[in-house]
Amino acid sequence: MFSMKKLSRRDFLKSVGLGAAGLTALDAFGGRSAEALLLKKRTEMPPWKLQYAEETPTICCYCGVGCGIIIHTRDGKVIGCQGDPDHPINQGALCPKGQAITDVSFVVAENERRHSMYERPRVRNPRRLTKVLYRAPFATEWEEKSWDWALSEIAKRVKATRDATFERTDADGVTVNRTQAISLLGSATVNTEENYLMQKMMRGIGAVHIDHCARL
Amino acid sequence: MIGANPASNHPIAFRWITKGREQKGSKLIVADPWFTQSAAMADLYVPLRPGTDTAFLNGIMNYAIQNNLFHREYVVAYTNASYIVHPDFKIEDGLFSGFLESGKYDTSTWQYTGEKDPTLQHPNCVFQILKRHLSRYDIKTVSEITGAPADVYEEVCKLYCSTGKPDRVGNAIYCMGLTQHTHGTQNVRALAMLQLLLGNVGLPGGGVNAERGESNVQGACDIGVLFHVLPGYNPVPSAKAHPTWAAYREKTTPSTGYWVNRPKFLVSMLKAWYGEHATGENDFCYDFLPKTAADHSHVSTFQDMTKGVVKGMFAWGQNPVVGGPSAVQAREAMKNLEWLVCVDLFETETAAFWKAPGADPAKIATEVFLLPAACSYEKEGSITNSGRWIQWRWQAVEPPGEARSDLWIADRLFKAIRKEYQENGGVFPDPILKMKWDYGEAECDVVKVALEINGYEVATGAPVQSFTKLADDGSTACGDWLYSGYYNDVHNPPCKRRDNVDPSGLACFHRWAFSWPANRRILYNRCSVDPSGRPWHPERALFRWNGTGWVKNDVPDFNAKLPPVETADKAFIMLPEGQARLFAPGVKDGPVPEHYEPVESPVGNRMSGQQHNPLAVLWKGSIFDKYAPAESADFPYVATTFRLPEHYQTGGVTRNQPYLVELAPEMFVMISKTLAEKLGLKSGDWVRVATARSEFKAKVAVSSLVRPLTVQGRKIEMVCIPWHWGFQGLATGAIGNDLTPAAGDPNTRIPEYKAFLCNVHKV
Repeated sequence: MFSMKKLSRRDFLKSVGLGAAGLTALDAFGGRSAEALLLKKRTEMPPWKLQYAEETPTICCYCGVGCGIIIHTRDGKVIGCQGDPDHPINQGALCPKGQAITDVSFVVAENERRHSMYERPRVRNPRRLTKVLYRAPFATEWEEKSWDWALSEIAKRVKATRDATFERTDADGVTVNRTQAISLLGSATVNTEENYLMQKMMRGIGAVHIDHCARL
Repeated sequence: MIGANPASNHPIAFRWITKGREQKGSKLIVADPWFTQSAAMADLYVPLRPGTDTAFLNGIMNYAIQNNLFHREYVVAYTNASYIVHPDFKIEDGLFSGFLESGKYDTSTWQYTGEKDPTLQHPNCVFQILKRHLSRYDIKTVSEITGAPADVYEEVCKLYCSTGKPDRVGNAIYCMGLTQHTHGTQNVRALAMLQLLLGNVGLPGGGVNAERGESNVQGACDIGVLFHVLPGYNPVPSAKAHPTWAAYREKTTPSTGYWVNRPKFLVSMLKAWYGEHATGENDFCYDFLPKTAADHSHVSTFQDMTKGVVKGMFAWGQNPVVGGPSAVQAREAMKNLEWLVCVDLFETETAAFWKAPGADPAKIATEVFLLPAACSYEKEGSITNSGRWIQWRWQAVEPPGEARSDLWIADRLFKAIRKEYQENGGVFPDPILKMKWDYGEAECDVVKVALEINGYEVATGAPVQSFTKLADDGSTACGDWLYSGYYNDVHNPPCKRRDNVDPSGLACFHRWAFSWPANRRILYNRCSVDPSGRPWHPERALFRWNGTGWVKNDVPDFNAKLPPVETADKAFIMLPEGQARLFAPGVKDGPVPEHYEPVESPVGNRMSGQQHNPLAVLWKGSIFDKYAPAESADFPYVATTFRLPEHYQTGGVTRNQPYLVELAPEMFVMISKTLAEKLGLKSGDWVRVATARSEFKAKVAVSSLVRPLTVQGRKIEMVCIPWHWGFQGLATGAIGNDLTPAAGDPNTRIPEYKAFLCNVHKV
C-alpha cells in the first residue's frame, strides 16, 4: 500500500481538517475570512468525507491522458475519489468519467441519493460480475461455475483446437509452429504486465490472430 | 487540431490548451466536420468534409512552400529534403510509378540514389518533388474538395504557417478523425510532414500528438498485443520474409540507425521466454515463435471467423460486437465459434452475443466462458499514457466476489494449459512446456513480471539498468527492451516515482514516473536546437552546446558525447538515414500523400481518376462486401462517428455506472437544421438510419453544431453518429458501428469509421 513520506500539501490540509474539497473552496473564496467561514460551517456539517479514509493513488482507467486519482476507502469500501492534486498532468482536476470512477466498484445505494454527497452510503455495483459464468451450447441462460472448473475446461478447449489445427510447417516447408484457429483480442485498459502475460501465453500456444482496439 | 475533439474526449489535456491561450497568448485552430466543443474554444474554426484531411493538409504545406514560410535551415538539416530520388519516379493520375496489376506497388523507383543537394534545387530532390506534387493543392482546389470556405482556409494556412519561423512553435494534435480512413496513414503523414516543414518536431510545445483514446492503448502496443509486432516493435516473424533466425536478423537489422541493435532486443526477449532452453546453438528458440501466414488483424480475424477458420476466441477486456466495423457481421461471425472466453467487469454485448436482439440461442452452439475481472484500482500494475509515461496504479480495494485480476487469470490459465500438455502430451508441446513462466506458485507476483519486462542479467538475476546493457549472446533476458529502466530498482522503481518538481520549466517532470525510452520526455529532441547546438528560442532551451559540452534539460535523443556537428545529420536515430522522411519510400500506398475519396463518397475525386485509395483493404464475406457507390442516390448523406465525454468507447463499463448513464442516457444521431427541415424532423423524433450494410432506429438531435458544406457546387449534409450504446447495460440503444464499413488503410488496417454514406427517414 502507498504511503507518503513527506507531509504534502494534501496531508497538511487533512491535518487541519480540510480535504481537497476544502482547498477548492478556499481557492474559490480566497483569504482568511473564507477559511474561517468554512471551519465554522464544518461544525454544522455531517461527517467529513475524508475522515478516517485511506488514500490510494491510481491512474484513470479511461482516456490516454493519464490523470492521477486518489481513491478514498474506509473499511475496505470505496467512499469517494478526487483528482490527485500532486499530479503534474491534472493537478487535481478530473473530467466526468474520471470523477465517476468510484461507480465501477461501489455505487450510491438506490434509495440513498437524497443525502448530501458527504454521507451517501455506497454499496457494491450490483452489475459487476462476481462469479464465473458459463453458457453451454444452445443454452438460453448462464450457469455459475467455479474457477477451477472453468480454467481446466478452457485449457481443454484450447488444447483440442490447437492440436487439431496446429501447423508445424507451411506449404513451402517453412517451420511456422502456429495455429490460425485461436484468436486473442487483448485490452487497451488492463495493465501492461497483464497484457505482457496474455500475449506471451498466446504466442506460446502458437496463436497468430493477436490484436486489440488500437487497430480500430 | 484536426480530427480530434479533446475538449470532449480528453478534457484534462484540453485544459492545458485553454491555459496556453489564456496565459501565453497561443492561438487554437480547429478543423473538424462539425462544430465540436473544441471548436467552440478555438480562435479559428474551419469545417471540412469527412475524408478530405489529406487535401486539407497538403494545401497548408503548399502554402508554406509557395510563400517561403517553411523553416529552411531545419528542413535541410533534419529531413531528407535534399535526397535525390530515382530518375524514373513519377506521379500520374493519382498513381505513383510501379503500380502493379496485383494492386500493389513495386517501389524500386521510389528509392534514393544516394546523392544529395543541400541547395534543394535538383529537380529530382525530395523537396522539388514535393513542391511539384503539392502545387496542385491550391486554396481554391482544396476548398472545392473539402468544403472549407476559401477565405477561412486561407486564414488557417497563414496563421499556422507563421509557426515556421525559428523562434515560434506549433503543436499538431490529431485523433481518430485522421486515422480511421482508407488513407489514414497518409493523413497522419501529411500532418507530420507539415510539422517538419515548419520546424515543429522535437521542440517543447511542438510535435505530432495523437490523443490516445484508452488509458493503456500505448502500453498494449508497446508490449506487442498486435498481430504484426512483438514487444518493443520487433516485427512478428512472417513465414515468407523470415523463415529462419538468420533471415529475420538480416532483413530486420539495418546497417545504420538504432535498430542495428535489434538482435540484442530479440535474443533477450527469447531468453526471457525460453530461459535455459534458448541457446546460440538452437537460434535461441526462434522457431518456437509462431510465424504469420497473412494479415491477422482485427477485421481479418472476423473475416476468418466468418469462414470458419478461427474457432476459439479470447475477448479480453474488449467488446468487438459494438466496437468493430460492420458490427452486425461480427455478431454473425461469432456464431461460427466453437468457444469464446470473455474476461470483463460487466456482462458485455460480446459475452452476450448469443442473446442479442434477433438472435436465437437455440441455434447457436458456441460455448461461452465469462470470467469476472478486477477493475483498475482493485489490483496493481503499470499503464502508459499518450506521452509515454509509464505510471503505477496501486490497489485500493479487493475485487468483488470471485473476480480476479487479469494477471491472476492469465497466470492460472497458462498453468492450466501447461498442465494439460504435461499430463496428456499433444502436438509439438515444446513451446508450451519449455516456456519460462515462474511468477509464483500460488499467486502471480506483478513485481516478478515487471522485472522480466525490464530485463535482467541471466547469470545474477540483477535488473538491467537500461536497454544499452542488453546483449545478443544470451547473457541478458528482457521482455520488452523499450521498457528497460522502468523497473530497474526493486525498492524504488522509476515507474513509481511521485516527485513533481520540474527544474527544466518545460513540463518535463523527469522525477515523476518513467517515460520510455530511457526516461526521455521529448522525442527527436536534437531538433530543438540548431545544427550548431543553439536553441531555436531561448525560452524553449531543451539543450545548449556551451562550446565544450551539452547543457541538458532532457535525456538526449542523440549521442551527447559528441559535439553538435557530428549529430546534426542524425536527429532521427531510429531511421537508417538519420533524417526525417518528407518522402517515405516504405509507405505502401505512396511516398507522399495524395488525395483520395473515402470508399463511400458523395462526390467523384476531383484530383485524379483514382476514386479511392487504390490499395484500400476491402474485407470480404457477407455484409463486409456491401458498399454504396460514389454519388449514390440511395445513400445521399455523409455519415461520421464521434464520442461523448460521459461514455467510454463501447460503453461496456460506463453504461453500467449510474451517474454516467444519468448524464448521457440515450443513443441519438445528430443532423443539421437544414436537413431536419427537409425531412420534417425535430429533436426527439425517431429516425431510421440506413447504410448499404444495415440500419437502426434512434432519436434525432437537430443541432446548429452541424451544417451542410458546399462541395463542388453541391450542398452535402452530414449525419453524426455516436457508438457508445448496445443491448446490454443500464442504458441500451442502437449500435452505431452496425453501419460502418469494413474497408481499411493498407498500412495500419484501421477501418474507415469516419466517412461513409447513409440515408435517414422519419419513423
